[in-house]
Parts: sequence; structure tokens; C-alpha cells
Amino acid sequence: MNKNLKNFTKGLIKENPVFVLLLGLCPTLGVTTSAINGLGMGLATTFVLVMSNLVVSLIKNFIPDKVRIPSFIVIIASFVTIVELLMQAYAPALFEQLGLFIPLIVVNCIVLGRAEAFASKNGIGASVIDGLGMGLGFAFALTILGGVRELLGSGAIFNIKLIPGDLMLVFVLAPGAFIALGYLIALSNKLNKSK
Amino acid sequence: MDYIIIIISAIFVNNIVLAQFLGICPFVGVSNKLSTSIGMGGAVLFVMTLATIVTWLIQTYVLTPLGIQFLQTIAFILVIASLVQMVEIILKKVSPALYGALGVFLPLITTNCAVLGVAILTIQKDFNLLEGVVYAISNAAGFALAMVIFAGIREHLDLMEVPAGMRGVPIALVTAGILALAFMGFTGIV
Repeated sequence: MNKNLKNFTKGLIKENPVFVLLLGLCPTLGVTTSAINGLGMGLATTFVLVMSNLVVSLIKNFIPDKVRIPSFIVIIASFVTIVELLMQAYAPALFEQLGLFIPLIVVNCIVLGRAEAFASKNGIGASVIDGLGMGLGFAFALTILGGVRELLGSGAIFNIKLIPGDLMLVFVLAPGAFIALGYLIALSNKLNKSK
Repeated sequence: MDYIIIIISAIFVNNIVLAQFLGICPFVGVSNKLSTSIGMGGAVLFVMTLATIVTWLIQTYVLTPLGIQFLQTIAFILVIASLVQMVEIILKKVSPALYGALGVFLPLITTNCAVLGVAILTIQKDFNLLEGVVYAISNAAGFALAMVIFAGIREHLDLMEVPAGMRGVPIALVTAGILALAFMGFTGIV
């Protein structure tokens, strides 16, 4: 039980995929123009992570070592296609917003990284928990970054206007993504060190 | 005229790294030195152009006629992964010199989202094959340009006194932000 809890929480803070491991930076920067977009992308990635970890740990004994990576990529790509079709049907507005970055979950290093580093060596339960923890850590980071950019750029969070008037529009545009993420990583370095 | 617009817009206005956020991982990861960033740029140029040609052919002559466009993501990533393997094997035999220069970067490219991104964008924008090739080459050039400029800045940054918490990636990201700000100056020229 204790080990499971550890597997779950490590992805949230200590090994947060974005702030600490610095993986999956493309979707992190690309879709976080608002908190809701960040959350949507994070949850879509979580689904792919959990399902691919589950399937990889189920069939790890049947895959020859040499074709390991291509097999993992096919598994991941299948789940990404499922997410793509589901979102197109049930959340078309979010699908429009996230656009190209939905199919690009395939090449998100976190997903393949967890399949290779964790799910191919551990049992089913542990792999699902690991995927869930890492995925939620990713979603958490994206929501924070989206929230910061939305607040500084347009004075709102989750589309609820907190500060009237126009703010620093640059934070919603491309340069703001880099700058906001840079300072958030610096902050997380500082917090992790003082612990 | 169309081609010139494609070229300028892909390199400067919608720079693949600084405006579209594709290929950030190699952008941050291997841009420490000028020489490695040039090597990476070359490898991306090579693979991106080939991948766009092959995926365009597959989309037009296999996926669309059969009505199975929803398999696009799976088909494209498999094509790119095997293409990278093939390029690696062929380069090793045919041109050991080029392999020596690009070899270490090739495996990294499979998970470079810029390659898959450009392949999908070419389909989404309804380009014909020639436009697709021009688009891929210009995007790769934009990637290489951003990498080289950034590597140049980072080499100088190493000599500066940066506050402890900002050292490494954070300061690199803030620098990239300022670079993106500079590239925004190109907005509106096409």
C-alpha cells in the first residue's frame, strides 16, 4: 500500500514530468493559453498514459526485446487515435483548440518513457498507478501554467474574469509561454531544494 | 510567388520552434553548443523532407482512397520510425562521413514532434507534393535557424553570473521567450 502511494505521488511533485523531468515540453508550451486548455490536454495525456502502461505491462512477456520500442509506439498510437476520435465527437470545441497537439501525444516523451522505464518492468497494478500519477502530475503542471498565463494575459482563470481590463497580452502569445514556464521551473527548483 | 510566401512564413513568421512550439525538446536539450546544434539541424532537414514526401504519398494513395484517414496517426508514426532506422542504415553504408556528423542525432528524431507535426500539417493545409516539400525544407531551415541563434546565445550565457535557481533550463527558457518576442516582429510581412 505504502509503495503504491509512493508510486502515485512521485509523479505529482518530486518527479513532476514538466517541472522536474522537463519532458513533454512541446504540448506544455503549445496548448497552455488558458487553464481549461491545459487541463484538457493534461487529462487526454493521462488517459493515454494509463491505458498504454496497462497494456504494455499486460503483454510485456510476449514482446520480443528487439521490437519492443516499435510495439510500444503502436500501442500508444492506437490509444491516441481513440482519444482523438472521442474528443472530436464529445468535445469538439476543445478538439479545435488543441488541434495538432492531440495526435502529437504519440511523440510525447513521457508516454514512451514511462512505458519503457516502468510498465515494461512492473506489474499491472503498479503500472496503472504510475501512469495515473505521472499523468495527473502533467495535468497539474499544465493547468498551473495555463492558469498563470491566462491570469497575467487576460485577467481570468477558467474563463472567470478576476481583474477587469486588458493585461499583459504577451503572456497569451508565444513568448509568454517560454517566459512563464522558465520562472515556474525556477520556482519549483527553489521549492524542491528548500525541502 | 506562392512558394516564396510558404518559405518566408515557415522560416520567420510561423517559426516552427518559436511560434508553433514543435521540436522544443531538442531545442532545449542539444542547443548547448553551436556545432551540435548545426548537426541536429542538418539531421532534421534530411529526415523531415523525406518523411513529408513518404507520408504525403501514403495519405494520397493509400489512406484516402481506402477511406481510412483515421489511421493517420498510427501510419505516420510508424513510417517516420522506420524511415529513421532506414536512413541510419543507408547512411552508415553509403556515406560514413555524413553518418559520423548526423549519426548520434538520428535516433532522437523519432520522438521529435516537429517531424510528425510537419507531416500532419502538410496534409491539413492541402499542399500538393512540391508545396509539401518546400514547406518541409523551410520548416527545417526555420528549426535550424532558431537552434543556431539559440546555441550562440547560450554559449555566452554560460559565462554570465546567473542566480542559482535560474541556472540551466529556466534561464534558457526565458531567453527563448525573448527570442520569440524578437521573431514576433516578423508578423504581418506576409
